[in-house]
Amino acid sequence: MIKAVVNVFLKAGVLDSQGKAVHHALDSLHFNNVADVRVGKQIILKLNTSDKTQALNDVTKMCEELLANTVIEDYEIELV
Amino acid sequence: MKVTILQFPGTNCEYDTQYAFEKLGATTQIVWHKSESIPSDTTLLVVAGGFSYGDYLRSGAIAKFSPVMKAVIDYANKGGKVLGICNGFQVLAEAGLLPGALKRNDSLHFISKHHTLKVANNDNIFLKNLDKDAVVNIPIAHHDGNYFIDQDGLQELYAHNQILLTYSDENGNVKNPNGSVDSIAGVCNKEKNVFGLMPHPERAMESILGSDDGIKMLQGFLSA
Repeated sequence: MIKAVVNVFLKAGVLDSQGKAVHHALDSLHFNNVADVRVGKQIILKLNTSDKTQALNDVTKMCEELLANTVIEDYEIELV
Repeated sequence: MKVTILQFPGTNCEYDTQYAFEKLGATTQIVWHKSESIPSDTTLLVVAGGFSYGDYLRSGAIAKFSPVMKAVIDYANKGGKVLGICNGFQVLAEAGLLPGALKRNDSLHFISKHHTLKVANNDNIFLKNLDKDAVVNIPIAHHDGNYFIDQDGLQELYAHNQILLTYSDENGNVKNPNGSVDSIAGVCNKEKNVFGLMPHPERAMESILGSDDGIKMLQGFLSA
């Protein structure tokens, strides 16, 4: 069994309002050394395979078709 | 005129939509998302508003894989007229039938109020009863209504008169409630048979309830 960790974030250039709000809140808590905040989501999958190449292919397809909207989002896949 | 209205788990505007079109004299039918076909005499297909699948993952992201959506995409590709209102717009954008995507409002708030809109283009069946630059008063109610499209896509929209409505003040000046690119509230596809908008014309059918500006909009589909 392979575990895949998918991180989905808004693309650079697409305003991340949640990131901005969190950044603002950190500022008000006096964490003044924060340069940037991005808020995304993490999706963790357990796959019934031990073939890493196949796993990566499958998860890439899942990202393109459902897990991310590539008009506004980028994704990263990590197999562990 | 036969209006078919789609219903997903979490849809909540199907009966308002039915009321609106029946008031205008159309016959309507609500079709559950598990259906693999849509009635063959459908002259307008409406993807109604609400929160299909609880907006899980992204608004409209899961509804696009419902059994009925294959028939919807077929219908649209054959030139059938499709209207997506609010969550329906999000579903059509996710399904690739309309360009762009809807993301969280810039303010992060759910916005529910009447808003004025300016007609950007009326050379389409939906808005043909309204003058270009006319201002209409239509309710909005959304959390993810912040329309995004990249610069190339935006130029395409302008080049083909695909922008239907923009958020404005009462005088038609730009007033952007949610951060949408160029204040866009609704778009259509290049072929001008698929329409999507975040505001709710079906909730603007009675002046006693605040506005009946939705009548002129929805009537466009009936006088085809």
